[in-house]
Amino acid sequence: MTESTATYALPDVRGYFGDFGGSFVPEILVPALEELTAAFEEAKHDPSFQAQYHGLLRDYVGRPTALTFAERLSEHLGGGRIYLKREDLCHTGAHKINNAIGQILLARRMGKTRIIAETGAGQHGVATATVCARFGMECIVYMGAEDIERQKLNVHRMQLLGAEVRPATSGSQTLKDATNEAIRDWVTNVRDTFYIIGSVVGPHPYPAMVRDFHTIIGREVKEALEAKEGRSDPDILIACVGGGSNAIGLFHPFLDNPSVRCIGVEASGEGLDGRHAATLTLGRPGILHGALSYLLQDSEGQVDLAHSISAGLDYPGVGPEHAWLKQSGRVEYLSATDDEAMFGVKLLSETEGIIPALETAHAIAGLARIAPDTAADQLIVLNCSGRGDKDMQTIAGAL
Amino acid sequence: MTSITESRLTSRLGALAERGEKALGMFVTSGFPDLDATSDVLRAIDAGGADFIELGMPFSDPLAEGVPIQRSSARALAAGVTMERTLAYARAFTQDSETPLLLMGYGNPVMQYGISNFFRDARSSGVQGVILPDVLPDPDSPFFRAASEYGVNTVCLVSPTTPDARLDFIDELSSGFVYAVSVTGVTGTDKGDADPILAYLRHVKERISRNPLLVGFGIRSADDVRSMVSAADGAIVGSALVDLVGACWDNDAMPRDEKLATIENFVRELKSGTRV
Repeated sequence: MTESTATYALPDVRGYFGDFGGSFVPEILVPALEELTAAFEEAKHDPSFQAQYHGLLRDYVGRPTALTFAERLSEHLGGGRIYLKREDLCHTGAHKINNAIGQILLARRMGKTRIIAETGAGQHGVATATVCARFGMECIVYMGAEDIERQKLNVHRMQLLGAEVRPATSGSQTLKDATNEAIRDWVTNVRDTFYIIGSVVGPHPYPAMVRDFHTIIGREVKEALEAKEGRSDPDILIACVGGGSNAIGLFHPFLDNPSVRCIGVEASGEGLDGRHAATLTLGRPGILHGALSYLLQDSEGQVDLAHSISAGLDYPGVGPEHAWLKQSGRVEYLSATDDEAMFGVKLLSETEGIIPALETAHAIAGLARIAPDTAADQLIVLNCSGRGDKDMQTIAGAL
Repeated sequence: MTSITESRLTSRLGALAERGEKALGMFVTSGFPDLDATSDVLRAIDAGGADFIELGMPFSDPLAEGVPIQRSSARALAAGVTMERTLAYARAFTQDSETPLLLMGYGNPVMQYGISNFFRDARSSGVQGVILPDVLPDPDSPFFRAASEYGVNTVCLVSPTTPDARLDFIDELSSGFVYAVSVTGVTGTDKGDADPILAYLRHVKERISRNPLLVGFGIRSADDVRSMVSAADGAIVGSALVDLVGACWDNDAMPRDEKLATIENFVRELKSGTRV
């Protein structure tokens, strides 16, 4: 967590990144969001909060995470030097815990006693259940009934950690509906409940707050690259984008340097002409879950169902800051299919001995397209956002 | 948005107040339970004596709604309801009836229709006001600008968590009436003990000066209406009606006339709660 960089200072005071973001919520939540905005601003400038947050990242999460030179992968792809930012080595197996730690510290600071969260694949649910266990707080995780079936292992993990997993049975019974249910819970129990949102989505201040709790990723990359290569800024950054939290955490500290090329990779599922989750590639601006951003929807503004082999990218929306970064041209967005993601899983497993999460595998597929055209002295950093243990059943089924 | 738009809605509510009567608003989802039902259901509600009607514009992700209105929205969308049809139902109803009609729904379907086009077409369809629970009051937002341009009332909501300064702001930007959500929760919620709600309503009523105050969420019976209007200018019933419409239409043995009579009688019964 740090101050916004000098020239890139979005969102504005109303919570907008250009045309995107804002706050589209029931009136009941307005005071809660204002209270949260104020508490977050205060915490940002409070050295004791910073010390607590960074202390937990170091001693509990295991930060800084390694920046691993991917020697065989670099050779195999035949272009620049590829580094992996090892968020897969974080406690609980993915970057999600950075944000869960930050938000639960805020919840405690604000005197909230009850924590709710939404989860798709279960990684954010596990991260939230973990920090709730660590701080002895009540935890309720909403999860689509469909996802509960698909991600049984993570359901057991959350329950072992003491969380209650509540099935969302409305609509498509996936992440979108779990988010609706979590918002309905928050509307009902707003006085004592803190909603830990798992990505850079939702109403202001969530997109900015979740981002700020993840920018540690990009800042550690700067330091490690400086030490290893003698320059802090690489030529290319690449990360997968569902809601977009790991990508924004990697990109944000570099956005002011236009010579750093930033690439986000969405999930195009069965292909862009089939069922997919390529929101920035094929969506249109619309309002969902409290923010205006790109959205997969029909001509009537009804939200379409997303599809990806990766439950963590299976979401019809995307963070509003990504919508702005796309519109402004600062970040390029590509997409990778389910099949390409499976290729990515095998590629990293076989060349580096690292089994990536299916989400991360989309970034690897994008990397495999980009890297061969880069020069040998170029530096590429891929955010290895999570490990693949949770996906072994899906991977085994698809291989 | 400095002057309250005078509409058939405001004059209807004004006339009720003059004769010491409270208002009853009824909500029903457009296209529910099927596309052929809506016009008849609206007429039955009107015949039962509703003072105004809110026609719900279905959305796939209605995050302020409880289960009854969620399900009715999903059913209406599955039946093929569109914004164009909803506006056509509104047009047909307002051509035959003086009873004010409002549209209620979420920001995204309005945005995709085109915000300005939506308010223009709502206006030309005889719609008196629009309620969008996820679009917050903001004079600079395209929603409020377009509503103002086309002379459509924008009914804003307040809740038990709304601080006084914000009540003033909402009263300023709201037109038609101010919609008080009875408790923190979604529509159709169990509102529990009436006393704290009445205390909150009295407080809001005292604070706001430009608009009548109507209360909704969790009001299911004539007794509920009677209780709530002791501290407000009227009450709004939605989920209970949607439940009843659903039950009538799911009863294959019930003839259509009887379904519509059941709805009309339910509204008449609720309306009796406004004449204290």
